[in-house]
Amino acid sequence: MGEPAEINEIKDKGLEIGAERLTEDKIEKTINSVLKGETGARLKAYVDTCIHCGLCSEACHYYLSRDNDPHFSPVGKVKQTIWEMLKKKGKVSPEFIKKASEIASTECNLCRRCAMYCPFGIDIAYMMLIVRRICHMLGVTPLYIQDTAHSHSVTMNQMWVKGDEWPDTLQWQEEEAQAEIPTLRIPLEKEGADVMYSVIGPEPKFQAQLIYQAAVIMNVAGIDWTMPASSGWDNSDMAMYTGDNEIMGRVKRAHFETAARLKVKKIVMGECGHAFRSVYDVGNRWLGWRIPPVEVVHAIEFYHDILKEGRIKISKKFETPVTLHDPCNIVRGRGLHEMSRYVTREMCEELIEMHPNREHNYCCCAGGGVINCGPPYKNKRIMSNRVKAEQLFAAKAKGAKVLIAPCHNCHSGLEDINHHYGLGLEIKFLMDILYEVMDKPE
Amino acid sequence: MIDIKEWDWETPEKKIVLSDWTEKFRWVEEPSVSPDGEKIAAIVKLDEGEFNVCVNGQTWENPFEKIWYLRFSPDGRLTAIVSEMGEWTLAVDGIPWEEKFAYIWNTLFSPDGKNIAVAVQNDMQYCMALNGIPWEETYANMTHFALGPDGTKTAASVQVEKTSEGEIHKFQEGTFTAALDGKAWDTRFVNVWNMAISPDGTKLAAEVRLNLYDYTIAVNGEAWKNTFGCVWEPVFNPQNNAVVAPVRVAGKWSLAEDGNIIWDRAFFQLWHQMFSPDGKRLVAIVAPKFGEWTIAVDGKPWRRTFDEFVTDVVFSPDGNRIAALAKEKGKWKITVNGSVWTNTFDMTWKPVFSPDGKNVAAKVDRNGKYTIIMNDRLWRQECDELWDPVFSPDGQKVLVRTIEDGTYCRRIIPTAELTG
Ligand code: SF4
Ligand code: SF4
Repeated sequence: MGEPAEINEIKDKGLEIGAERLTEDKIEKTINSVLKGETGARLKAYVDTCIHCGLCSEACHYYLSRDNDPHFSPVGKVKQTIWEMLKKKGKVSPEFIKKASEIASTECNLCRRCAMYCPFGIDIAYMMLIVRRICHMLGVTPLYIQDTAHSHSVTMNQMWVKGDEWPDTLQWQEEEAQAEIPTLRIPLEKEGADVMYSVIGPEPKFQAQLIYQAAVIMNVAGIDWTMPASSGWDNSDMAMYTGDNEIMGRVKRAHFETAARLKVKKIVMGECGHAFRSVYDVGNRWLGWRIPPVEVVHAIEFYHDILKEGRIKISKKFETPVTLHDPCNIVRGRGLHEMSRYVTREMCEELIEMHPNREHNYCCCAGGGVINCGPPYKNKRIMSNRVKAEQLFAAKAKGAKVLIAPCHNCHSGLEDINHHYGLGLEIKFLMDILYEVMDKPE
Repeated sequence: MIDIKEWDWETPEKKIVLSDWTEKFRWVEEPSVSPDGEKIAAIVKLDEGEFNVCVNGQTWENPFEKIWYLRFSPDGRLTAIVSEMGEWTLAVDGIPWEEKFAYIWNTLFSPDGKNIAVAVQNDMQYCMALNGIPWEETYANMTHFALGPDGTKTAASVQVEKTSEGEIHKFQEGTFTAALDGKAWDTRFVNVWNMAISPDGTKLAAEVRLNLYDYTIAVNGEAWKNTFGCVWEPVFNPQNNAVVAPVRVAGKWSLAEDGNIIWDRAFFQLWHQMFSPDGKRLVAIVAPKFGEWTIAVDGKPWRRTFDEFVTDVVFSPDGNRIAALAKEKGKWKITVNGSVWTNTFDMTWKPVFSPDGKNVAAKVDRNGKYTIIMNDRLWRQECDELWDPVFSPDGQKVLVRTIEDGTYCRRIIPTAELTG
């Protein structure tokens, strides 16, 4: 199988230096200890069940966008990584590990679309996560996402936001918002509030206006809410995607224990998909919580509820026709697609569906930590989602001008696709539109 | 020392009307109440960029540009983080510390309330300040702050080697350590997290990560010789100054003392270990199985488990009884020694034992109204706000602090009235 040119050109110090330090002995021991100690019947069942039929291929946007290159089919990625490790009983080279890390971290979004197309429901994403786990234990992870995992480990947030910078940013956003609504508050550390609002690291760093907008929505909707001034405010989790389960657990524990300390009844999260997966599914379970110890409500559910309860009134619907992207983690992962449509229809005059949609929607190709692997892989990521561009073009042809992407990673990834393929769509969060069309006090 | 014997345990009721505050000020933030219940205070907005603290209807002498984190110290002094001319400091009963900083946060109080510490940022360098005096040393970053049991020592995880974003391999060589009263250990770690200062102030123990996957506890800079898959925060054994921490071995959690496993069984999860007041018993919150939570006493879990959450464990003063909060099927409950009260709530606060350990009371929230429950019996009154109950030294009376219909009320109620 010939390899697309840009893949050979990628230089990533996280992989290069990591692989240079490996010995075959260490690789063998690590692979076998992860396979023996951390994977059980599930991996064995997948490996034993797969009949190599390739039905999963048609599900994967990488495969479809890469002209059906079998390297990029779900089962192809498995063949090039975990099967080889199993077959060789861990006796693989540092060069192999480097490549396996690159495949698992940058050629699979863990989007789980393929699992729906496999007659046995084999979860390729689970196997790619095991590969990432092995590569983490070997210290061979792409540099950018590894740095993010280090940020989580130190600060409990994704962006190296320091202890003082967080409350300072909230206080500054509160002041800004007071110019619009003089009585507006972002109540810090209010014990016993109903809701703790949590966001992802990039919000205070680059998108503080989202915190501003959330504060306006909370205030107008009359929610008794708070934000912590301590660490534990960030719900995001790239450690989950580097296979650093221990840091994932530590970060999730900080998040839930912060909510418990504040005695809130629920955590409302901003528009993020992977963070939801971590808080609602993966991170909590690693810690032993079958369901989150404090109820977790995704932004889509929250907007749905406040619109339905009439806590927010729409003054004038958004007129520009919109199309709606379904983020994998909250649609395949949680089934929020009808709620996001309810919210969209309440706010917008016209929703033009893209196809396929709902749980069959194509991934943005940014999720699963792929965009977090940084600039070295940007081109590959964009080239690997031509099908998304085609899907969006079709929606545009029907009149859609705005693309709603209710997830941070989707938002950024689709922005790249929008730009590269010249789609000319304007990309918005649901919150951007809600803030724009809602009734606000004069 | 806080001498609660000196508090007024006689006057049945004292009231302060709060409703006129909202007329007087542009806004009134959520109130705080002093431990003895004599004072109620709130941050109030006077004008654009002008805030003050209102205590029993009187504002502090001087307003500030911004005020946040209003908290009573356990000894009854009222503190707030305040800013003036773009600089921040702590004001205690309205008097700001002399030292000013670029930013401060995370106020910590010693149990007796005498000592107050904060985290400080100055010129993008970090340190702790105790009673207004900052460390001599400052660091590029600082996390996980601690104040010793007697309140005379402060500690934190500090970055001693500067890294730029993206320098992952330099980071993995170790750029963090712990500092006690500003003095950093010589040893470097990949990470340093929660830490504890020994009761005698001679030792500092912290969770550390040695590389990407080996975890252990370091005491005064020296790592335990055993490493683990993960660790949680250490505590000191009050009897012998040994360090006890949860450790993960082969995917299961147990407890280790000075590096050696001391409990004979392992759990899916184990954390928040604590010693009884006499130091003889050791309990922890555990999950014997995935999704089943309870408390283990000296390694033995209660038979009763809860499917969602166990938190806020507290010993009776004699160490014989243990109370905790538990959440099950979305409802909060109170458990004492593994038996569960029949009343359930939307939220519960940490239980409080009477001095003789016979009675247990807690603040609870039901349908947005607060009340007190004692020994599974609800107080008749429902309030708009309420603070934790406090038993009198002889246990015969309970101080109850509430807000009802815009009026703050300090009540002394006979314990018998609450137990029925
Ligand atoms: S990107 Fe999605 S569809 Fe493709 S292999 Fe990964 S999980 Fe499957
Ligand atoms: S569809 Fe299922 S069985 Fe077929 S190749 Fe893919 S994973 Fe294997």
